[in-house]
Amino acid sequence: MRPLNTSVFDPNSPQARAIDHLFYVDLAIAAVIFLTVAGLVFYAVWKFRQRPGAGEPFQDEGNPRLETLWTLIPAGILLVLLVLTGRTMAIVEPLVGSHPPDVVVVAHQWWWEYHYPASGVVTANEMHMPEGEKWLLAIESADVIHDFWVPDLGAKVDAIPGRRNYLWIQPLRDGVYLGTCAEYCGAEHALMGIRVIVGSVASFATWTASQLLEPATPASGEAAEGARLFQTSTCQDCHRIAGTAASGLVGPDLTHVADRQTLGAGVLTNNVANLAEWVRDPQRFKPGCHMPNMRLTDADARAIAVYLEGLK
Amino acid sequence: MSPGNSAAGAAYHGLLGWITTIDHKRIGLMYIVSAFAFLLVGLIEAILMRIQLMQPLKHFLSPAAYNQIFTMHGTTMVFLMAMPLLFGLSVYLVPLMIGARDMAFPRLNALSYWLYLFGALMLYFSFVAGGAPAAGWFSYAPLTEKSYSFSPGIDYWALSLLVMGAGSVATGINLIVTILKLRTPGMSLRRVPLFVWMVFVNAFLVIVALPPLNAALVMILIDRQLNAHFFLPAQGGSALLWQNYFWLFGHPEVYILVLPAFGVISEVIPVFSRKVIYGYGFMAASTVAIGFLSVGVWMHHMFATGLGSGILYVFAASSMLIAVPTGIKIWNWIATMWGGAIRFNVAMLFATAFLLQFTIGGLSGVTFAAIPLDWQLTDSYFVVAHIHYVLFGGTLFAMFAAAYYWFPKMTGRLLSERIGRFHFWSLVIGFNGTFLVMHLLGVLGMPRRAFTYPDRPPLGALQFFSSLSAFLLAFAILVFVWNVIVSVRRGAPAGGNPWGGWTLEWATPSPPPPENFDEVPPVRGRRPLWDLVHAEPGGPGDD
Repeated sequence: MRPLNTSVFDPNSPQARAIDHLFYVDLAIAAVIFLTVAGLVFYAVWKFRQRPGAGEPFQDEGNPRLETLWTLIPAGILLVLLVLTGRTMAIVEPLVGSHPPDVVVVAHQWWWEYHYPASGVVTANEMHMPEGEKWLLAIESADVIHDFWVPDLGAKVDAIPGRRNYLWIQPLRDGVYLGTCAEYCGAEHALMGIRVIVGSVASFATWTASQLLEPATPASGEAAEGARLFQTSTCQDCHRIAGTAASGLVGPDLTHVADRQTLGAGVLTNNVANLAEWVRDPQRFKPGCHMPNMRLTDADARAIAVYLEGLK
Repeated sequence: MSPGNSAAGAAYHGLLGWITTIDHKRIGLMYIVSAFAFLLVGLIEAILMRIQLMQPLKHFLSPAAYNQIFTMHGTTMVFLMAMPLLFGLSVYLVPLMIGARDMAFPRLNALSYWLYLFGALMLYFSFVAGGAPAAGWFSYAPLTEKSYSFSPGIDYWALSLLVMGAGSVATGINLIVTILKLRTPGMSLRRVPLFVWMVFVNAFLVIVALPPLNAALVMILIDRQLNAHFFLPAQGGSALLWQNYFWLFGHPEVYILVLPAFGVISEVIPVFSRKVIYGYGFMAASTVAIGFLSVGVWMHHMFATGLGSGILYVFAASSMLIAVPTGIKIWNWIATMWGGAIRFNVAMLFATAFLLQFTIGGLSGVTFAAIPLDWQLTDSYFVVAHIHYVLFGGTLFAMFAAAYYWFPKMTGRLLSERIGRFHFWSLVIGFNGTFLVMHLLGVLGMPRRAFTYPDRPPLGALQFFSSLSAFLLAFAILVFVWNVIVSVRRGAPAGGNPWGGWTLEWATPSPPPPENFDEVPPVRGRRPLWDLVHAEPGGPGDD
């Protein structure tokens, strides 16, 4: 399993690698130019310091030939960079054509919704995909402008209301890839994490199958009480759980919430205790988020958490 | 203009004299002092952010407070600090440099200043009027729409920028007319100091760039107050429309903030190297080229908006092209130092640091023009580093060079060189410490405008280092304040021309009297005061 990081210099897709190669070329060019400038400046500072007793220096008004030369050389370097830019663009963002998207990503204030059109799976905040396959993501927004950015997998793309943008990604290794919303989108912009969970083709198929099952409704105990509270409090106005009356589309789909690693788009580790705390007062962990404090008792919050953590 | 115009302010004394003044020098000073006050306000906001970011998951500021503060920091530094500082320097120096008594329209000049001050105060009034704006200094729609930003902060932001924008356009027109009509006999456009050339091109940029912003501000106000939907896609508007308008202003704006700095450097380096500027023609022409190109590069702020490769590639090409005329300037400044007799006064130290730091900012700028790199790095800390290397390491360092160079002209006293060196070195270390590591933070995946970040090494360590450096930076600014306070009272008398300058502002006493000159020296070349000393007029630009 690869370590969790978001470094541009740890590319794990052909797209991110192509960008990295261009970055190395760009950094090399920048280093040469900067060292040239710095070298000349420091040499001038050392060599042409005013010495006592020296008269006025020679008044050199310029040399159009020399100046033309140092106009053309940088222009030539930039032309090379422009050509390389075009080549890299072709690798990173090939034409979409009529290719249907493998995942439709819908950004919300401040969480991510994922639809898989081929299978019908709907999930939130954690996107699963198979290793080695080149997928097309369609990026949309439900409210303001967001930006989908997973540095190790490649480019970032804005999620703009009223538009559909596209992104190709092809993870080469299994593991968890972290990302975040990169376009400022309001109060909780900082806490809008992305997790891309990449497994083998077989494990992705297993995951897809499990997501399509309707979870069993608990018959008794705390979980059953939680299920009742979920349907009778206002939870179901905003959240959907397949196989129940809860069909709200405002917040994340909770049909298989227990399968997720984190809560609140990466704010908390997913377990019963954390979920109970979150349900009781989400504003404590994500002030400004659109889920209000429902003024539940600790016991009720815990019952709901126990119910939700049974949804696999 | 009647000769009485400039003297009219002298009818009153004390505070009333300043309020009623139409003297370009007093208005210039009021701009500079106000802008510097807002620099301190913006600095306090920056320090609050740096405290919040010192450690991961810190709870020093709430998200709502942080978002207001970074918005106000950016808006303050661009609109309330940098622009008025450059306008102040321009309206102070341009009439002096071209041998004029005042600006072409002195009353309009005063109006522009007061529009700026009232606009600025209105923006800050938002703090007590329901909350400051919290949508960033470029305020992307539809986050700025009423449904997402309910508090009146955005209304104050838009109105304030609109008021200041009207003043800026007036200043632009004023500067253009002044430079075209009020040059002293003998001073052709081929002989005006390069600072005046840069301000001249800049003034055109101001009157071209501000109207798109003003139009967009009116649209967002109509959206918010009259329930229109220019920027609301659900009702048939367009979210990207705002970005096109804003950056059609916003990218020329970057050059508006940089060109006068180029002008300052083009004055300081020759005087302290004891050499004529290298390649005056290339310097002026490359400025004009930057002016034209800068209105054709705005979409490089929108490379991640999915606009399609074809159109983006055109903007990548234009964005790279604009690096060429900028590069010319760097080479010509170095060539000016080459073979000179360089005196390292504090002004020259700042100009030298400008060369290196602005080069870093320029090179990271070219990085963003390479579209796939922009796709990784935009909206990350790399962009924060870039903008600060250009506008702080570039523009503000040039402004400090200007401060040490022209403070004696404005006050009649020299700034302390001893305190100045202390100021310079602590600022160089503090500035580079704060922002150099931000390139790395961006590459490591840290998004900008995030009030906190996950506890994942080495983000915390880098942020901590950046914050410590920022405290040194703030200390350096306070050292400058100290230098000004000390020197204004007890600084060494400057005399008319303490640096051996060659342009006309040095041919009058310090501070210059009302209406500037008893007698303007004859102008037979680009360096009138050089020509006075060197009897044989052999200076550049001589006919």
